[in-house]
Amino acid sequence: MPSEHAAQLRETYWRENRRWMLILGTVWFLVSLGCGVLWVEPLNQFQLGGFKLGFWFAQQGSIFMFIVLIFVYARVMARLEKRLGLGESEA
Amino acid sequence: MTLTETTYWVVGASFAIYILIAIRARAGTTQEFYVAGKGIHPVANGMATAADWMSAASFISMAGLIGLSYNGYGGSVFLMGWTGGYVILAMLIAPYLRKYGKFTVPEFIGDRYYSDTARVVAVICLIICSVTYVIGQMKGIGVAFSRFLETDYETGLFSGMVIVFFYAVLGGMKGITYTQIAQFCVLIFAYTVPAIFISLQLTGQPIPQLGLGSTLADGTYLLQKLDQTLLDLGFQEYTTSVRGSTLNMAAFTASLMIGTAGLPHVIIRFFTVPTVSAARTSAGWALVFIAILYTTAPAVAAMARLNIMQTLQPEPGQHLAIEERPQWFRNWERTGLLGIEDKNGDGRIQYNANPDTNELVKLDNDILVLVAAGGLAAALSTAAGLLLAISSAISHDLLKRTFMPQISERQELMASRLAMAAAVLGAGYLGLNPPGFAAGTVALAFGLAASSLFPALLLGIFSKRVTREGAVLGMLAGLSVTLTYVFQHKGIMFIPGTQFLGDMPPNWFLGIEPNAFGVVGALVNFAVTLGVTRVTSPPPPEVQALVEEIRVPVSS
Repeated sequence: MPSEHAAQLRETYWRENRRWMLILGTVWFLVSLGCGVLWVEPLNQFQLGGFKLGFWFAQQGSIFMFIVLIFVYARVMARLEKRLGLGESEA
Repeated sequence: MTLTETTYWVVGASFAIYILIAIRARAGTTQEFYVAGKGIHPVANGMATAADWMSAASFISMAGLIGLSYNGYGGSVFLMGWTGGYVILAMLIAPYLRKYGKFTVPEFIGDRYYSDTARVVAVICLIICSVTYVIGQMKGIGVAFSRFLETDYETGLFSGMVIVFFYAVLGGMKGITYTQIAQFCVLIFAYTVPAIFISLQLTGQPIPQLGLGSTLADGTYLLQKLDQTLLDLGFQEYTTSVRGSTLNMAAFTASLMIGTAGLPHVIIRFFTVPTVSAARTSAGWALVFIAILYTTAPAVAAMARLNIMQTLQPEPGQHLAIEERPQWFRNWERTGLLGIEDKNGDGRIQYNANPDTNELVKLDNDILVLVAAGGLAAALSTAAGLLLAISSAISHDLLKRTFMPQISERQELMASRLAMAAAVLGAGYLGLNPPGFAAGTVALAFGLAASSLFPALLLGIFSKRVTREGAVLGMLAGLSVTLTYVFQHKGIMFIPGTQFLGDMPPNWFLGIEPNAFGVVGALVNFAVTLGVTRVTSPPPPEVQALVEEIRVPVSS
């Protein structure tokens, strides 16, 4: 059984993990279902080069943001695991 | 050398590589057969996942689907849906299932919900999703062969089956992973090179993603020109035409996203990397490789659409004579994906938005990218991944974990090879007698994964309280709601004439089309699971400990 200290570390880890999921998940929702679908009409009033802005989010912008989101998540989790000593290499 | 001869050489060389890999990467243990020994580098796995993911439909019909069937903006549901799911996968599913560290998705559901019933229900859901999906791939193999090697559909399908049989039966996940990496290189090369040429030709910009937002030779923006051309012919504007309603678009996108995160053949790819953090970065790399094609596709879609319009109607009111149609057009006619019907008998092709006078037919679901030896690579790689998901569910979950736990590792390995062989033959049979359209069946697979497996996986990780009764009833409810909805509008097993509610917008629930219904099924699943959980007794302590354990990378 993990000790009380270890249990506390796991508690912190899970809380931080959920916080990051909430933050990044919100961005995920805003760039895709938000800018790409729900608010596409008002955004289409703006031009980005030859693109209407809403159309751009739906066909390119959201995809680029998805990539950034995954790498940011991987990065913050790796740091968190290092800080708390819960990563695989510490095992 | 003629074009066909060259194509034979290229395809022959790629097949030789696949066979070489198959011989070198034979699986000697069940761990190698199911999860490639968990030794795949995250970037390599990202590439394999991309090939696993991008199906024959992505390669052959994606641009046509966006550009023609969904008229531009409406096609965004596929672009966002089939990429956005990876964010969910990377944050909510893949790391925890990798930590759990076993072989299959039903195995996790069986252990987490402490029940063989849950395991078997998960196997059933997996087989329904994967089989509907694999039919589209087999069809893609036949079409790609008949188009590029000028064989007939059946010969093409058999050749593809022989190749898959060889490396999947010998190498299991290990053989599939390395061939998928090779297939990714073939397919991405075959897709981007023509796209660069089309983009250069139309806009002078070599990068198609930028070309889409650039100006044409006459100084107008490409998208603006396309919008105008379409409006003139009575179509809707390319950049704003919504598919159904905003709610339908949102539901469609969400269904594809959560379907992506619930498809077993994608999830098991993340079992092959060495660590939990590798599973996260690997999902990122997978999306990078997928995005190369998925941001090129909308550019090809718009450019090809403009090209087709200008070919068919060089000047307003002037229509192309049928006899003068270009060679690429004839090539696609041979595959049966494109056809002309001279309704007014004037020997010219009228193409417009009026179904009574429009003469370009059969454009519905499939279509028109101008090139594709890579279509084969795309179809083969996805088919192999799906067949592995199916065969491992049978040999590992049904035989080893449920009905014949006494078999030895050697016997299980033999069983997994036999299950793989049977799956290849079964898929081939369905490819010869497909029950519906390729694109239609693929979209159904997402709806089913979204409504049956995804909620069970998510709740299994994020709740310690959810019970086996809740999960089993939830999966069955989600599956049946989605299937019923699809069948009542599309026909039972897609057999024409058996639909008891017409397939038309007024009969749709809140205007949501059948392909977009997965998210509603998923909500039903969540509601049933959580409701039943409240009235059943909590899971045993060792299951709650298992949930604790998979949440952190370190082992206690």
